[in-house]
Amino acid sequence: MEFLLVQALSGLASAASLFLVASGLSIIFGVTRIVNFAHGAFYMLGAYVAYTLTTRFAGPLGFWGAIVAAAIIVAILGALMEMVLLRRIYQAPELFQLLATFGVTLMVQDLVVVIWGPEDLLGPRAPGFTGAISLFGRMVPTYDLFMMTLGPVVLGILWLLFHKTRWGVLVRAATQDREMVAALGVNQKWLFTGVFALGVFLAALGGALQIPRTTVTHAMDLSIIVEVFVVVVIGGLGSVFGAFVAAIIVAELNAFGILILPQISLITVFLVMAVVLVVRPWGLFGKPESAPRAAAGLTIRPWRPFTQMERAGVALVVVAVAALPFFLGNYALTVGAEILIYVLFAASLHFMMTVGGLASFGHAAYFGLGAYGAAFLVKYMGAPMEAALIVGPLLGLAGAVLFGWFCVRLSGVYFAMLTLAFAQIAWSIAFQWVDVTGGDNGLLGIWPASWASRPAGFFWLALGIAVVGVAVLRMLVFSPFGYGLRAVRDSALRSEAIGLNRQRMQWAAFIVAGTFAGLAGALFAFLKGSVFPDYMAIPTSVDGLVMVLLGGVETVSGAVVGAVLYKALAIWLMSQTDLSKLVLGGVIVVIVLAFPKGVVGFIEDLRHRWPRKGNGAGAPVGATKAEAA
Amino acid sequence: MSPLLEVKDLMKSYGGVHAVRGVSFTVEAGQMLALIGPNGAGKSTCFNMLNGQIPPDAGTVRIEGKDIKGLPPRAVWRLGVGRTFQITATFASMTVRENVQVALISFHGLISRVFGFAGAACREEADALLALVGLTTQAERPCGELAYGDLKRLELAVALANQPRLLLMDEPTAGMAPRERVELMRLTAEIARAKGIGVLFTEHDMDVVFEHADEVMVLNRGQLIARGTPAEVRRDPQVRAIYLGEGLLYDARHREGTAA
Amino acid sequence: MKKLVAASLAALLLAAGGARAQQGEIKVGEINSYSALPAFLDPYRKGMDLALKEVNDAGGIKGKKLVIISKDDGGKPADALTAANELVSRDGVVMIAGGFLSNVGLALADFAKQKQVMYLAAEPLTDALVWSKGNDYTFRLRTSNYMQAAMLAEEAAKLPAKRWATIAPNYEFGQSFVAVFKELLKKRKPDVEFVAEQWPPLNKIDAGPVLQAIDAANPEAILNATFAGDLVKLVREGNTRGIFKNRVVVSYLTGEPEYLDPLKTETPEGWIVTGYPWYGIKTAEHQAFLDAYQQLHKDYPRLGSIVGYSTVKSIAAALKATDDYSTAGLLKAMKNLKVSTPFGDVVYRAADHQSTMGAYIGTTSQKDGQGIMVNFQFKPGADYLPSEAEAAKLRPAN
Repeated sequence: MEFLLVQALSGLASAASLFLVASGLSIIFGVTRIVNFAHGAFYMLGAYVAYTLTTRFAGPLGFWGAIVAAAIIVAILGALMEMVLLRRIYQAPELFQLLATFGVTLMVQDLVVVIWGPEDLLGPRAPGFTGAISLFGRMVPTYDLFMMTLGPVVLGILWLLFHKTRWGVLVRAATQDREMVAALGVNQKWLFTGVFALGVFLAALGGALQIPRTTVTHAMDLSIIVEVFVVVVIGGLGSVFGAFVAAIIVAELNAFGILILPQISLITVFLVMAVVLVVRPWGLFGKPESAPRAAAGLTIRPWRPFTQMERAGVALVVVAVAALPFFLGNYALTVGAEILIYVLFAASLHFMMTVGGLASFGHAAYFGLGAYGAAFLVKYMGAPMEAALIVGPLLGLAGAVLFGWFCVRLSGVYFAMLTLAFAQIAWSIAFQWVDVTGGDNGLLGIWPASWASRPAGFFWLALGIAVVGVAVLRMLVFSPFGYGLRAVRDSALRSEAIGLNRQRMQWAAFIVAGTFAGLAGALFAFLKGSVFPDYMAIPTSVDGLVMVLLGGVETVSGAVVGAVLYKALAIWLMSQTDLSKLVLGGVIVVIVLAFPKGVVGFIEDLRHRWPRKGNGAGAPVGATKAEAA
Repeated sequence: MSPLLEVKDLMKSYGGVHAVRGVSFTVEAGQMLALIGPNGAGKSTCFNMLNGQIPPDAGTVRIEGKDIKGLPPRAVWRLGVGRTFQITATFASMTVRENVQVALISFHGLISRVFGFAGAACREEADALLALVGLTTQAERPCGELAYGDLKRLELAVALANQPRLLLMDEPTAGMAPRERVELMRLTAEIARAKGIGVLFTEHDMDVVFEHADEVMVLNRGQLIARGTPAEVRRDPQVRAIYLGEGLLYDARHREGTAA
Repeated sequence: MKKLVAASLAALLLAAGGARAQQGEIKVGEINSYSALPAFLDPYRKGMDLALKEVNDAGGIKGKKLVIISKDDGGKPADALTAANELVSRDGVVMIAGGFLSNVGLALADFAKQKQVMYLAAEPLTDALVWSKGNDYTFRLRTSNYMQAAMLAEEAAKLPAKRWATIAPNYEFGQSFVAVFKELLKKRKPDVEFVAEQWPPLNKIDAGPVLQAIDAANPEAILNATFAGDLVKLVREGNTRGIFKNRVVVSYLTGEPEYLDPLKTETPEGWIVTGYPWYGIKTAEHQAFLDAYQQLHKDYPRLGSIVGYSTVKSIAAALKATDDYSTAGLLKAMKNLKVSTPFGDVVYRAADHQSTMGAYIGTTSQKDGQGIMVNFQFKPGADYLPSEAEAAKLRPAN
């Protein structure tokens, strides 16, 4: 019994650090609607700066002063990022800010190694909280008790801030209705900057407070960012109290879960999130999302199928690409095949995001499932490549049927997070089920049939599948089904009133996208000759998102260009420099600023430079209001 | 034969507040019926229960004798009910014609078709509807560019796509210039009469109500307090009490000159 | 849009032109997770640089300059394969080497088999690499999971402790290490029992609850296989909670400077660890290496430096042993190849392609606020490997 109490206390201490970071993210999202991917980076920076300061200034005052100073310094950096980068792109389609913050995250990961060196850094323990006291016959670290107290204290301070100060009241109002606050004559810009700085402060504080517990490393951000997102979503977006409760639930379930199933920590948070979202689609303390601001962007320019001329042009390009094996070497062809596979993967996600209005954060699951499907066929049934390529993707389809059924019940960020949860669950199954999947060591020896084993042969295979895949997806976009999907995306209210079943149509789109992702995954398995759980991991999903956003969400086939650009750049940088993340992140940030509609969106704007009606900054009043009704 | 729309003892409350209390009425084919009442009288709630958007706590709604209990709006639409919204709900990423086409594609059961160009489907029928509401010249324009009045017309065209026998219009003229309002309602009335469609609409603008409605119902605090011809309703003392001082119940005509 | 494909491919091709082989060079490809795991791989690269300098200063490979082209894999097997492809198909290297993570190592090994190119795995520890998934094209330098588990189990068997608990990161490395350790310890001491196990995810240990759970089972001894940041959390939390008091801890890799140095004043006393006590090794081979390394880099070596250095020395030895740089020629040269390393001479066994590199075992202690290994002993790798005949049976027939 005493043991369980102490275990619960340990859980509470873990909850506190999770809460600090999560509350910051929740506040930022609530007001600015930015999915701040860089939150983990600020957490890490908080720890690094605190390390530098705490090792320089000794003594209690030095230590605690350093912790707070570090949080303030990083908050200033956060505010700067908001002013320099995010302010310029608030008008861009939702999620585009995600791309920008993702770029920053990449840069920070390399920058901290450049600045602070590659080694893990150990800071001092907290003066006054170095020991442990005996509780129920067990030793409990006093720092744990400090953290346990800090959680509710921060919650209390935030409550006071939001309920007793004018600024806080405005922030709360903005959380509920941004336009209303703008109408009140409040300077929205500075409100956003302030909120962003506060959120970053909390993240950095959370990071700085890790100093007495662990080493500071350049991988700290990744270890926390996803979990923090999950906590925010479980609690309900924008709800600080929700984040508090969710952090406790997650930490306690983890603390007790490992007693029964020691492997559970791998997915505790995601299991909790999946259950919560299925039962309560808006998180524990969240409210139904109001007016998803132009979910996938509402372009004023309606889409058109290619004209005869354009079709001929595309055919010419395809022929030119098909001729590449006569000019390029083996390596370039293998890279080309990889790019083509990602073209198909990105196109499938793009279909779901633009036509379906469903931004998935877990699309890699279906890519990975397709890869595993093909690998299983080869490994366990001795199937030839051709059969594996046809049957393998069906595992992606099956996954999409199952997960999609739950996901399409939600929308917006909640939808995105549930897809993420399912992807993580799929990943953890692949990771943990060693007997079947080989665990993290993967399945090896999935090589192509002899006719496709030469790089040129495989390149043509990949080209054929990618071209057909992208063409089919395009055909779907312009088919009655595709129009129905867009209708559902544009106006849920109107589409329901003309007899369209939103969930069923989106489910169908989900399945289509999942199947094509699975096809790409199956090809990828044969390209690499092996399958690993990390094919389904978050970075793969994020890569897909980046490709789509880079190409332009509001275009029909922008993902094709986005995938080519991003993948070619990533591979090239990887080969040229160990600081590839720094350069790639920088390039992404520049592209975000230069082409807020994506590269293809930008090109299309150029092509349609006729005098535009209205202010051109976004959809006119009627369009956005329609969603609010 | 059962009436086109038959509402009986409709009830809805939110957290103890009765939004709609025991409302009953019928709408016949070819009839223009207005539902009016002050703000917060329960008009929108009442309206949203008629096409299944909000489930009532009690009471029945029958369309041509069929109880719509438990049916989602899309199923009610299949029964021949068209609807427009107070704030227009259109597909901003499509052209004007495409907006109508999608509704037609859905009506003809072609929505799950995965091949063929939707922009070519049901084109003539869409153009006919657009001609009906006077949007022929706008057909190719992106819907997002339309003026608000044209959006309202487009909504009407979309609502007519399923050849409805009943048309529900929530504040069809809200947000329009006075002259446009009259035109739109005149158009609606013509179409309704020509096709024998029953129209139920809520409206704030009493000019519109008294000019176009065959009959007027008055809702106050969730209850129907009067129903009759515009003249009868205008004379009703209870109605006068509610609208006292708002000057809305006087003969609408005296203002038309100034408005135009 | 496809034009961009062509353009980017063309760009890659142009870049390829620059790397054309020059006369009098022998090129070897090397792949590692430089950006993902710099703490280990920075010293590793320094070790490689030193060995490469020594080889070329001494006249290279029969007068030809040895060139090593290094690529980053970012810790992802798929990216490692892209890099391997680039090295083999474009840069025309005679063989590939490197690897830190086990799954990257296995992916490269399978690639080597498919493309029939030789792969010398530097660091990956998984036993599968040379045994259950071993192939003709893959050799491994580093003292494997099995070997180090056997060394630690030998020491553990000398302890009076009978009730054991295990903490290891939840992936193949941790799983297989714990499994081998259990098996070998039980073989030596049948009456031990394992009363608790914890599998925290890599880099995400929630040390408080994990240690409480271990403590609740009341073990006499603990086996730990966590490292890096997880290890620091575990040690700090355990020290504060007094979990390690009156308990023996056997800890894998903890004596490597990469993981021991960050512990500083937190370094626990008396843990039995494998590692690299560079400050105390008195052999001539090591002294020469240490002096040269410190002179070149103005820094002390980590275990990664040893691995990097020995990898290049192995490559050079293989290339010197043959005139036939075809894969078949290199494979032949690698079998029973003897290489001198700072850890003494090692031999790449013909039967299972595992080198006989050994490891140091000792106990942890603190000196001047730094963690060090004391009472350490060198364990020759050959003593802890199954015989070649037995090992050959562990490999798939191909």
